[in-house]
Amino acid sequence: MTTSPKRRIDVAGLVIALILIGLAGLVWWDMTKLQILSPYDLGPKVMPIVVSVGLTLLAIGNGIGALRGDLPPRDSLDWKPIILILGGLACLIALVAVGGGFMIGTAILFATTSAAFGRRAFLTDLLIGAVIAVFIYLLFGKLLTLSLPAGPLEHLF
Amino acid sequence: MEAFTSLASGLSVAIQPMNLLFALIGVLLGTAVGVLPGIGPALTVALLLPITFKLDPAGSIIMFAGIYYGGMYGGSTTAILINTPGESASMATALEGNLMAKAGRGGPALATSAIGSFVAGTIATLGLTLLAPYLVEVAVSFGPEDYFALMCVAFVTVSATFGDSPVRGLSSLFIGLLLGLVGIDILSGQSRLSFGIPELYDNIEVTTLAVGLFAVGEALYVASRRHIHEEKLEAVRGSLWMTKEDWKRSWKPWLRGTLYGFPIGALPAGGAEIPTFLSYATEKKLTKYPEDFGKGAIEGVAGPEAANNASAAGTLVPLLTLGLPTSATAAMMLAGFQQYGLNPGPLLFAEQPNLVWGLIASLFIANTMLLVLNLPLVGLWVKLLAIPQPWLYAGILVFATMGTIAANPSPVELIMLAVFGVLGFLMRRFDFPIAPVVVGLILGPIAESQLRRALSISLGDPMVLLQSPISATLLGIAVIALVLPFVLKGMGRFKAVED
Repeated sequence: MTTSPKRRIDVAGLVIALILIGLAGLVWWDMTKLQILSPYDLGPKVMPIVVSVGLTLLAIGNGIGALRGDLPPRDSLDWKPIILILGGLACLIALVAVGGGFMIGTAILFATTSAAFGRRAFLTDLLIGAVIAVFIYLLFGKLLTLSLPAGPLEHLF
Repeated sequence: MEAFTSLASGLSVAIQPMNLLFALIGVLLGTAVGVLPGIGPALTVALLLPITFKLDPAGSIIMFAGIYYGGMYGGSTTAILINTPGESASMATALEGNLMAKAGRGGPALATSAIGSFVAGTIATLGLTLLAPYLVEVAVSFGPEDYFALMCVAFVTVSATFGDSPVRGLSSLFIGLLLGLVGIDILSGQSRLSFGIPELYDNIEVTTLAVGLFAVGEALYVASRRHIHEEKLEAVRGSLWMTKEDWKRSWKPWLRGTLYGFPIGALPAGGAEIPTFLSYATEKKLTKYPEDFGKGAIEGVAGPEAANNASAAGTLVPLLTLGLPTSATAAMMLAGFQQYGLNPGPLLFAEQPNLVWGLIASLFIANTMLLVLNLPLVGLWVKLLAIPQPWLYAGILVFATMGTIAANPSPVELIMLAVFGVLGFLMRRFDFPIAPVVVGLILGPIAESQLRRALSISLGDPMVLLQSPISATLLGIAVIALVLPFVLKGMGRFKAVED
């Protein structure tokens, strides 16, 4: 493993440790609300206790690693594509939630992801995404009889 | 030989036209996703789960197995031609394989990996055929405490023993176990970690988790570092065929690779990386042409490729006989069984012999199909790499979201997909392994119910775990496997050895 000559505290690593502690606390808090019904069954509490304790220990382990700076080296990060992809997903989720169907959302997701990977033809990609969405709707919905969330566009088929 | 009579009856299932068709679809899909960067066999099975829900169980499972084998074949093509191994199992292949392609010997490199995969896959599937009945006999006598102990072994080996960092591996596993807690506890009817959200009461869908981690996570990760490196596709130049010399240099590495791959895959330790790197290191040591290593030595392709296919067959041993998945793809296959209410294990061999043996027999057929499809059609597979990356990943995400809402048409399910996608991205960025999360989600609830069953039989006495000799031994192994990587820090890091 390559370690950088100057070992410094890794802030991201500490955040990971804190998240793990938070999760451990959440599991523990949730566990305290459970009831043990059978005297012989250790009940639904055992596994949460194991998980919570395990996560706490691992948080400590991760924290030590972060303080010593032994996390593997990371490359620089480009945030723009991440925002594009997650934005596309958010549009899809919002459209499904308000009953707009999935076709428009799918087309948007296709176009934003494509843009995230460096294409600069948003409208063309939107169209391609729409064609794929129609194709999937016919394949899944009609041929495989699965139910997909329908909106105004889907009712045309 | 009882195994062979079972296999013969399995063959009669496997050669039914519908099942042959499923096997063919499986190997075609598997090869395609293996070739394409960004999608692996685990993700493919995950995406297909909701779609195959209404199909015939035997056919779908035969298809899943075809995808697994096909993915192993296809992965080598990408590794050799563009030096981006589709999965960790092909990393060792990429080392010498890409150098061979650069030296204009891409054809023989692809050929030795395809033929080697065939040889190894066939021998290893034979091993599965012979070994499975014995393991089933042993497993029949297992009590719940023994199963629990066995799962502890799997948890530890999958996450801690062989990874780069036991702490990060175990962190992944515990995140998986945490996700496994979500939902209504079957034994007591109480909900855990559900926060009043109806979608969470029915547990977290394995599909949603796997698709989020593998598809969305991978897309985010690749997009975020697109500015860093450019991939270069090496054209297949010259003859595809291996010379007599190539054959002479390949056959021993094939067999040695199989010897590494099958047993290591069959142990509940899982992973194809260890046997492939062991095989690479061995071939490097034993070769008569040490000067070729670093310039494209065929032994360095033949051995690891055989090892990774043999380990895929090996992984099916604990999966089918004990219900124990030791790789992400095996975990998804287990989910595939579960969606039809089938539980792999000794009982499945007794209750559904046609299905199990049909599956094993179809593996032989799939392997042969793959050899036939791969060698002459390699040019066609390479064309898949010409799909522009933006469309490829956009398409993956569209199918990922469709698969998720087809399984459960609710925006909450999509939000979970996005959250798991971000989780997958962060885990890749900070080098946490992904497979333990999936294994934890699938095996966690099973391990919990075995533990509670054992304890309720013993009237709450935890000593039952140590009184059964099988369970005590297995727990001992689990403890050793957990402590060993901390003791031998710096050992077992095959990646470091390769540098």
